[in-house]
Amino acid sequence: MHLILFIVFAGLCLAGAINLLLQTHPINSALSLVVVMSSLAVLYLMLGAEFLAAAQIIVYAGAIMVLFTFVVMLLNAGREERTLGSRAAKALGLPAVAVVLSVIATVILKAQGLEPVALSDNITSTTDLSKVLFHELLLPFEVTSVLILIAILGAVALARPAGDEHGRRTGVEK
Amino acid sequence: MTILQFFLWSLLKIIVVTVVFLMGVAYTVLLERKLVGRIQNRWGPSRVGPFGLLQPLVDGAKSFLKEDIIPTAVYKPLYLLAPILSLGCALTSIAVVPFGAPNVTGSGGFHFFEISEINIGLLVILGVTSVGVYGIALSGWSSNNKYSLLGSLRSSAQLISYELALGLSLVGVVMRAGSLNLRVIVESQSRHGILSWNLFGGLQFIAFFIYLMAAYAETNRSPFDLPEAESELTAGYHTEYSSMKFAMFFMAEYANMITVGCVATLLFLGGWTSPLGDLIPAPENWFVHALFPIFWFVLKVFSFLFLYVWVRGTLPRFRYDQLMNFGWRYLLPLAILNIVGTSLWLAYR
Repeated sequence: MHLILFIVFAGLCLAGAINLLLQTHPINSALSLVVVMSSLAVLYLMLGAEFLAAAQIIVYAGAIMVLFTFVVMLLNAGREERTLGSRAAKALGLPAVAVVLSVIATVILKAQGLEPVALSDNITSTTDLSKVLFHELLLPFEVTSVLILIAILGAVALARPAGDEHGRRTGVEK
Repeated sequence: MTILQFFLWSLLKIIVVTVVFLMGVAYTVLLERKLVGRIQNRWGPSRVGPFGLLQPLVDGAKSFLKEDIIPTAVYKPLYLLAPILSLGCALTSIAVVPFGAPNVTGSGGFHFFEISEINIGLLVILGVTSVGVYGIALSGWSSNNKYSLLGSLRSSAQLISYELALGLSLVGVVMRAGSLNLRVIVESQSRHGILSWNLFGGLQFIAFFIYLMAAYAETNRSPFDLPEAESELTAGYHTEYSSMKFAMFFMAEYANMITVGCVATLLFLGGWTSPLGDLIPAPENWFVHALFPIFWFVLKVFSFLFLYVWVRGTLPRFRYDQLMNFGWRYLLPLAILNIVGTSLWLAYR
């Protein structure tokens, strides 16, 4: 049962990812990405990470990708033109992909060995997860949130119109 | 319990819940038309059947028989996908809602009054609702119509903004119960009837207020029904839809209303438990014993829907900038304050 579900959703995930690259219209690509995110959530669920699965759906599929489609709709981006791609990208890109993949594979294999990951009915409860997040990994967790805060501040700084030094709102006046 | 048994039981429950849910949707529409009619000093639908009770059936038949027009300029795959996605998500989220008492179980610990019991039921509802946004967003974009696009842009922005406040308003309740399981949340407020509801005894009335506002915005209902503001956008995101496809959006809206009402009932109003607590002795007959909780649950959801319609009949629509200001500047900070307050109270109790 687990194996069937894994094959179905891993296949769906890969199909979505390939479709994402092949589609010429940005909105179709964005929707394929939604499919990828959602099937990843199912894979997380099969590994027993239920909270992670729900967070994946709510945050990635539900919020971030909605913003993506929102921007695509707002800019009314048209079809992209097919080009043959630059030669440099091909010459450098393929080896680079191979290198990155092998590095990732080595790291994972080193950490875990060759035993297969058990798909089981075991479920990591939200309580356990939060204990790890807020006790053992508190510092990295909080540092990440500061990082995100910096990103938000950067976005605000970039979005502020030029010559608006007093930080006055320029949108709709109250 | 074998897999086959589980499968058949689940199928049966899904069918029953879906049928009841769709009937609920149909009669919520009638309830709204009747109530708004009374608020505006007219009768509302009163010709089909006694008191107009058969009106939903006739409406359904009408929308089936209408001509199904697909405009030539639409982007067809997404145009067809959008209503399915909308209604599908709206109907899915009811799957984790527990309707009745947990002690009525079949062989193998099988719950009767809930399609599936999930540890993170609350998150599942939030997740499915957040995916439902695509239905609205895609319908507007694929319709290739300015009104539709504006409506769906407004709707997406509104949903993203208010989902934050909605999610944060629920955190206080989850902290009090210490679980995301909807059953556990209800049981945590079942001790003294109405006094131990999260709304009163749990001191979560600020959270309830935020949830109420955010829920109205999430379901695109008045006074936050900007995405379909008739005076400026014709019909908003479903301008180009006709026949059953329009009806699917319509049903999705009302189904979402009911789900939101169910969540409010479970999280703030003590779910299926009696507001009188132990004042009424538990009935002897097992059948009555099983139906009593369902009665309370339906009553609570009904009052929530009544409030929905009442608000719609009373309040005028917000302006768009007011809507955004309200969401980001008042509701969101208020929700965070509520979380801080609740955690302080839980820590130093």
